[in-house]
Amino acid sequence: MGKKTPEINSSSTADMAFLLLCFFMMTTTMDQDKGLQRRLPPMPDPNQKVEDQKVNRRNIIIVKINSADRLLAGTEPMHVSQLKDKIKEFLTNPADDPNLPEKEEIEIEGFGPCMVSKGVISLQNDRGTSYQAYMAVQNELVKAVNELRDEWAMTNFGKLYIKCDEDEQNIVRKAVPQNISEAEPKDVSKK
Amino acid sequence: MSRFKNKEKRTVPQPPSGSLSDIVFMLLFFFMVTTTMRETENKVIVKLPEASEIAKLERKDLSSYINIGTPIRSLQAQYGNDSRIQLNDSFKTVNEIRDFIAAERDAMSEADRSFMTVVIKADESTRMGIVTDVKQELRKCSALKIMYTARKPAEE
Repeated sequence: MGKKTPEINSSSTADMAFLLLCFFMMTTTMDQDKGLQRRLPPMPDPNQKVEDQKVNRRNIIIVKINSADRLLAGTEPMHVSQLKDKIKEFLTNPADDPNLPEKEEIEIEGFGPCMVSKGVISLQNDRGTSYQAYMAVQNELVKAVNELRDEWAMTNFGKLYIKCDEDEQNIVRKAVPQNISEAEPKDVSKK
Repeated sequence: MSRFKNKEKRTVPQPPSGSLSDIVFMLLFFFMVTTTMRETENKVIVKLPEASEIAKLERKDLSSYINIGTPIRSLQAQYGNDSRIQLNDSFKTVNEIRDFIAAERDAMSEADRSFMTVVIKADESTRMGIVTDVKQELRKCSALKIMYTARKPAEE
C-alpha cells in the first residue's frame, strides 16, 4: 500500500466562494430592460423627389400632443384614457363607416384570405411635449393594437395572442398590423 | 477521573461544514447566470415613465444604450441641470451619436448588425425636443430598431 495522501483542508473554500459571490453581487445587475419596441422610418433619400405619399385621407388618424401635453386625436381633443377606444374603433371600423379606414382582403400565408384594415396612426408631437405624456400615448396605441390582436386570435384560434405559437403569432401580426408612424418632427404649436 | 471524561462528552458536536462551500458555490453560479455585468455608470438621473404594454428586450448583448436626463447631483455643478445625453460614460452632444453608433456597430459581428437595438432610456420629465433630435440622428445613421424603456406601473 502506498502512502496515504493527506486530505486537503477545505474549510476555507467557503470563504473564497463568498468572496467571489460578493464580487459578482457588486458588479452585476439583475434588472432587465423592458419597454416599447419601435421601428423608425428610414431617412428619405435626398436625391429622390419628394412625392406626396398618397394615403387616402380616411385611412389616417393623426394623434397630436402639444407642448402642454394635451391630446388631439383626429379632430377632437380628448384625454389619454379615451384614446384606446378611439383607436380601436378606427382600426376595426365595425359599421363600415366611409370616414373610417377601408379594409382590404389579403391572402395570409397559412391562414387564407382575411380582411385587413389599412388604417395608419400618425403620431405627432411638439418639442415641448414631456416624455411621460408621449410614452403614455404610445402605450395606449400599443394597447389598442394588442387588444385587437387578442380579440382576433380569440375568434380565430380560440386563445390569446400571447398563448399562440410563433406561426400563429405571425398570422395575427399580419391580420392586425401595428401601423404607427412617427412623423417628421413638426412644430405642432404653430399653425 | 472518569467524571471529567463524562463532562467533556456532553458538549454539542460541531455541525459538519464540509458542504457549506457547495452551497455558496451554488449561490455563486446562480448569480453568475442570472445577472449581467454593469457596463456603464449612470451619470444622469433616469426615472422611467410607466407603460403597461411593455416587452422584454431579447438580446441584451446587441443593444446600445442612450441615457437622457438631468445630470446626477454631484455633476450638476459642472454640467447644470438641463437634460443631457449620456453615451457610454460621458456626456455627449447629439452630433456625437453618429460616431457612437458606428463604434457600437463595429464591435458587433457582421451577422448581428441588423439586429442592433438602440435602447433609449429617458427620464419621464424630459422634453421631447431632445428625444426627437436623437431619433432623427438615429434615422440618419440608419439605426432603426429602437426601444423606449419603461417600467411596469405599480399595481393598485
